[in-house]
Amino acid sequence: MFTVLHKEKLSAEVFRMEILAPNIARERKAGQFIILQQGGDFAERIPLTIADADPDKGSITIVFQAVGEATHQLATLEPGENIENVLGPLGQPTHIEKYGKVLCVGGGVGVAPLHPIAQAMKRAGNELKIIIGARNKELILLEKEMRSLSDDVIVCTDDGSYGRKALVTEPLKELCESWKPDLVVAIGPPIMMKFCTATTRPYQIPTVVSLNTIMIDGTGMCGGCRVSINGETKFVCVDGPEFDAFAVDWDNLLLRLGTYRSEEQEAHHRCHIGLEIKEGDA
Amino acid sequence: MSHVSFEELDKQAQEVLKIYGNKKLTVKDRIAIPGQDMPAQHPLERVKNMQEVALGYSEAQVKVEALRCLQCKNAPCVKGCPVQIDIPLFIAKAAEGDYAGSIAVIKESSLLPAICGRVCPQESQCQLTCTVGKSLKSIDKAVNIGRIERFVADWESKSNQRETPTVAAPTGKRVGVVGSGPASMTAAADLRREGHEVVMFEALHKTGGVLVYGIPEFRLPKRIVKEEFETLLAMGVKIERNFLVGRTAKLGDLMEREGFDAIFLGTGAGLPRFLNIAGENLVGVFSANEYLTRSNLMRAYDRNKAGTPLYGSRKVAVFGGGNVAMDAARTARRLGAEEVTIVYRRTETEMPARREEVAHAKEEGIQFLYLHSPLRILGNEKGRVHKVELITCELGDPDDSGRRSPIEIPGSEALYDFDTVIVAIGNDSNPLIKQTTKGLEVNRRGNIIVEEETCQTSMKGVYAGGDIVLGAATVILAMGQGRKAAKAINAYLAGQGEV
Repeated sequence: MFTVLHKEKLSAEVFRMEILAPNIARERKAGQFIILQQGGDFAERIPLTIADADPDKGSITIVFQAVGEATHQLATLEPGENIENVLGPLGQPTHIEKYGKVLCVGGGVGVAPLHPIAQAMKRAGNELKIIIGARNKELILLEKEMRSLSDDVIVCTDDGSYGRKALVTEPLKELCESWKPDLVVAIGPPIMMKFCTATTRPYQIPTVVSLNTIMIDGTGMCGGCRVSINGETKFVCVDGPEFDAFAVDWDNLLLRLGTYRSEEQEAHHRCHIGLEIKEGDA
Repeated sequence: MSHVSFEELDKQAQEVLKIYGNKKLTVKDRIAIPGQDMPAQHPLERVKNMQEVALGYSEAQVKVEALRCLQCKNAPCVKGCPVQIDIPLFIAKAAEGDYAGSIAVIKESSLLPAICGRVCPQESQCQLTCTVGKSLKSIDKAVNIGRIERFVADWESKSNQRETPTVAAPTGKRVGVVGSGPASMTAAADLRREGHEVVMFEALHKTGGVLVYGIPEFRLPKRIVKEEFETLLAMGVKIERNFLVGRTAKLGDLMEREGFDAIFLGTGAGLPRFLNIAGENLVGVFSANEYLTRSNLMRAYDRNKAGTPLYGSRKVAVFGGGNVAMDAARTARRLGAEEVTIVYRRTETEMPARREEVAHAKEEGIQFLYLHSPLRILGNEKGRVHKVELITCELGDPDDSGRRSPIEIPGSEALYDFDTVIVAIGNDSNPLIKQTTKGLEVNRRGNIIVEEETCQTSMKGVYAGGDIVLGAATVILAMGQGRKAAKAINAYLAGQGEV
C-alpha cells in the first residue's frame, strides 16, 4: 500500500509528497523515476522523478507540479490516504563518478530530481556549483537544500522577483567560460534543457540531461517515450531517462511532447471544473 | 454485405437438428451438415461500440456443429493442437449436450478455454488438419472446433459451474511467477495446485498481460480474464502488482533475500519493433502496443471518463498483417477514424492474422493494401504525419519462415495521404531481466534459452515460458509452456524434499 506520509505545498502549483514504498526506496538510485496512477480505473499513468528516498523508513519523496488531470488528482491526497499504483524505480540510474568540476543546472520542478544527483556527485568527490531557476520567486525550489551542498548556488528568476533576473543559460554561459566545468547536468523543462545544450555545445563541455517524455507503462512496452539519440531511436523509460545532451534531437522531442496538446488543454479545463480548483491555484 | 442475425442462425440450426438430430449419422450425413457461421454484432453497429463482436453459438448451433465431427480414430486435429486437447471426445460430449463433461475434457489439457476458444488461430492448428475440411476441400469448411470450445467454456461460466481447483496441503515451498499473462496464469495455477506458495509479480497496475493491454475488448472481453484471476485468487495465489522484476527487485534478490525456491519467468515479448525508416518518430506514429494500451488498458476509448488521451486520427495506416495489426486497425475504426488501411508486404494468403479477424475487419470497412511496403513517413510543418511513401512488391521465393518473400519493384514508389501510422510488426524481448541477472542465457534475439522438455533456463531453479522464450507466439503456446514449466518445477521442488 502506497500511503502518503507527508504532503507539503511548496508553491501554488508545486507539491512535495513523501510516500510509503519500501521496495522502491530500497532499490532507488539518483536519476531514477516512478510511474504513478491514482484516481481509479480511468486515471492516467504518469512518470515522476524521485527526488529523495529513505530506505530505513521505506519512503520515497516526489516533487510535482499540478499541471494535468492526474497531478491535480494526486495533489488532493492527504497524509494517511493511499495512492493506488506506484511502479519503480524505473530507468537507468545517473552515472556517478569523480569528474572534477560538476555544474548542476535546474529549472522549475527539475530542481527536485537534480538534488539527489548533486548530492551523489558531491559524495563522489566532485567540486560542485549549482544554478537554479524558475519563473518567479514562489517557484524556486529546494534552495536551502542546494546551498547545503555547495557554497556557490546561483538563483535566477525570469521576472527578477528573486535572485538574478535571468534565464539559467546566462550564468551557465559565464561559468562555462570562467569556471570550465568538466560536466554539466541540466534538468528542467525541455525547452530549458534544449537551450542549456546550445549553451554548452560551443565549449564542448559534456552535458547530461534527464528527459521526461510521454510514457504509459515505463517498462519498454509501449514505445511512446522514444527519442532520437544521434539518429538512433531510444526509449527514455529503459535506455534513459538521462542522455548525452548533444546527441538528443531536441526539435523532435519538443514536437512529440506536443502530441496531445489540444486533448490535454481540454482535460485541464475539465479537471478544474471537476475538482473546483481555480486556475493558477494548482 | 449480407449479415445474418443470431436469431436467424439459431433458427436455421434448429431446422438442421430436426433432420439430423435424432438419427444415426453416416459419414456422408455428417459431411453434408452445413458448417455453422459465428453469430456476430452487425458491422454497422459494432464499429460504434467496444463490445464483443462474435456472440458465440446458440445451443442448437453448437449441437449441429458438433454433429459434423467424424470422430476420426487417428484424430488429426489433436496432432494440430499445441496442447493436445482430446478434441473428438469434447466434441462428442457437446453433441450429446453434456457440456460439463465436454469442458472437463478440455480442462485436462488447457486451462484457459474461454480465452483460447476466442483467440487461437484454429485454422492453422486443429482445424488445419480436420478431415471434414479436407473432404470438402476447404479449410473454411473444417469443423469449427474453436467455436465449440468457446461455447462450452462460456456455458461453464454462465451456469456458475466453475469450480475452484483443489489445492494440496502446503509444501512450505515458495515459487515466484513473473508476469501475469497466459504463460504465467497457467504456471501459477499448476504450481499452486501442488500446494506451493505462489506469488505472481506484475509490472502494470492490472493483471492479465497481453490479454488485458493488447487484445481489445471487442475480441476478448476483460471479464473473461478477470474470472480467471478470481479463480487464481480463490486458490490462494498471491498477486503483487506494480512490481517490475529487474527494477523493483532483482531476480537474484527474490531467490536469495526473499526466499523463493523457484521462479517462472513469463514476462512476454514486450519491446515493440519499429521499421527503422525515416519519419518513424514523427508525431502520429505509434507502436501498436502503445495504441492498443491506451485504448484497452487505460480505457481511453471512453473519452469522457479517461485521463489518457487519444490521438485524433482521420486516415490511419497500419503496418503489418498479424492479429495485432487487425486489432489496431479495428480499434482505430471504433475510435472514429474515417479510413483505416492495413499495409502488408505480402498477400492475404500469407497474412498471419486469424481468418475470422480478417473477415471481421473487412466487414467493418478496413481496407487492405497488399504487396505494399513502407519506405518513409513524411510530416507536415508541425512534425505531424501527413504522407507515407509506399513501394509495390511482388512475391519471390519462400524465405526462412516458409512464406514467399516480398521483392520491391523499383520505380513503383508512390505517396499516400495518412495522418496516423500504427506500426504492428511484432515485438522483441525485453532485455531488463537479462541485464539485471547474472548467468541467465539468452539467444541472439534476446529470447531466454530453455530446455525443451522442462523449460528450465541456464539458472538452477529458474524456468521460463511464453513469448520471452518463443518470441511473439500465441496464447495457447504460452499456456502450454507455462504448464510444462510448472510440471518441471513441481518435480524439482519435490526432489528437494520437505522443508
